[in-house]
Amino acid sequence: MKNEFARHLYHYTALIILAAILLAPIWVMISTSFKDEVLVQDATPLWFFFVPTFDNYASIMTESKFDRYLTNSVIVALSATFLTLLLGGFCAYALARADFRGRTMMANSTLLVRMVPPAVLAVPAYAFVTLSGVDNDLLTLIFLYTAISLPFAIWLLFGFYKQIPVELEEAAIVDGATPLQVFFRVLMPLMKSGYAVAGIFTLRIAWNEFILALLLTGRNTRTLPVAAAGFITEEGVEWGRIMAMGTLIVIPPLLFTFFAAKQIIAGMTAGAVKG
Amino acid sequence: MRGAHTAPRSAVVHDGDRGQKMTVLEKQTTLTPATKPPRFEPGFLTPYAFIAPATIVMLGGLLYPVVMAFYLSFYDWEIGRDLSEAPFVSLDHFARMIQDPQVWEVLWVTIRFGFWTITIEMTLGITLALLLEKPIRGASIFRTIFILPLMISPVVVGLVWRYLFDARIGWINYYLGAWFGIEPQVWLGDPELAFFAIVFTDIWQWTPFIFIIVIAGLQALPSEVLEASDIDGANWYQQIFLVKLPMIKSILVIALLMRLIDVFRGLEVMLIMTGGGPGRSTELLSLHIYNRAFETQQLGYASAISVLLILVVFGLSLAILKMANPMKTKSDV
Repeated sequence: MKNEFARHLYHYTALIILAAILLAPIWVMISTSFKDEVLVQDATPLWFFFVPTFDNYASIMTESKFDRYLTNSVIVALSATFLTLLLGGFCAYALARADFRGRTMMANSTLLVRMVPPAVLAVPAYAFVTLSGVDNDLLTLIFLYTAISLPFAIWLLFGFYKQIPVELEEAAIVDGATPLQVFFRVLMPLMKSGYAVAGIFTLRIAWNEFILALLLTGRNTRTLPVAAAGFITEEGVEWGRIMAMGTLIVIPPLLFTFFAAKQIIAGMTAGAVKG
Repeated sequence: MRGAHTAPRSAVVHDGDRGQKMTVLEKQTTLTPATKPPRFEPGFLTPYAFIAPATIVMLGGLLYPVVMAFYLSFYDWEIGRDLSEAPFVSLDHFARMIQDPQVWEVLWVTIRFGFWTITIEMTLGITLALLLEKPIRGASIFRTIFILPLMISPVVVGLVWRYLFDARIGWINYYLGAWFGIEPQVWLGDPELAFFAIVFTDIWQWTPFIFIIVIAGLQALPSEVLEASDIDGANWYQQIFLVKLPMIKSILVIALLMRLIDVFRGLEVMLIMTGGGPGRSTELLSLHIYNRAFETQQLGYASAISVLLILVVFGLSLAILKMANPMKTKSDV
């Protein structure tokens, strides 16, 4: 190992510097979240050595409806991910395996709508909610996040279905399995990693999304990112609490990244490299 | 006469076809497993049943809003007014848009932002990838760190960098002063500096994306080609510019187009960091639509501007689609 490091000394040095640049802001956030108001307002950067305090965390948990916002975020993220995987799985399966009229059109338009900008969705979504009088904000968000995530999920899952040999399905069909049974019993166990990748990307959108959540949610239906931005007020910015909230928001994506980096990179590069 | 000629010919082809199919079928049942994809046996409607739920959600959640944006762009609708009372203004919004200095201003900001971020991100990302492409031990740890900025919420990115760029307690001012003796700057309060700040933040967040995509492309290159160029005496410089980069050209173009689309889509980081200000110095097109709709409350006019945005993004997406669509080809199992 030591040899390896010496041989690629400049290589490792460069990588370490880059990693430090990327990690520094995230560490600034985490460390600031454990500082008291005096340290936060001190212009001298303190990276590591200070007496940590949990005051910021305590205050967001007691003074805001943190548990409510957390519950909202979890409900929205999990529901949108479940729906995206289920519906996207069905759709990708048909696109990968069946040859039907309209297939090419479906495949092309799926990729075209993938890039619809959130700003374009904002006004119509607001219009829909005010005009229709639908007052379940979370359900609206779940529906929108599912729609936003579906194109990319279908694209990813399509690739995974293509890698599964069809013989398995044929054997099942010969044995009299219906398409639904093939989908759930035969393919689902084999698609685990595909669903994992698509699931992570959906969770990322549904957990992090801000604009639509800001417009469509009210006092009790806020998600965590909206609540975090709410600490920027007319009177000033409550940095300690913001950093604590930010740290809590970042924990799930951080965990996903460390446990599934390989799959995430596969998903990210699939778009450009495979094509 | 023509028909008489073609009819028997097609009949012959048909016969041949049938004959081939017969033999293939016989082989399948006796020797090898089937090679044709399953045809969703129970009825030809089955594939439609499988795509229907996802299609309905995408129609409702993506296509309906786009159509609605077109529709609303013809009405002078404002927040607080009933849509049914909003006057129909036909193409007035579009006529106004063409002459609207604010729209031109934010378009210019968007183009400048895209130019600087994408140029620097591509240059940095490609250079780093070429320098660091060799597989080494521990590479996966670094790669994990490199995707972190892409996984965390844009709101959090905006908040953290707003803190770092803060004029009074920001760390950037501190280090610029301590290391280079530069006076503290009001980063987010000055048009030029604020623009620099959002460009800098974008580079921090997205250079790793280019880096990872390019590395993946480079490592997927067939080694024979690189060996051949080695044998032919290509030096390091020639190998990069005449072999490697041309071979990953399509990857580079797709990465560029994806970033370009993101420039037109992005608004959350700027909304948190500057809100588009000071003035309109950091107001990208998407953010302008948002501000028009919900700050100045002109929903109809904002919709007209989003029609412009839709057309831009649609055009760029078509370009990507032309270059790479793995789902276009029919079942080729």
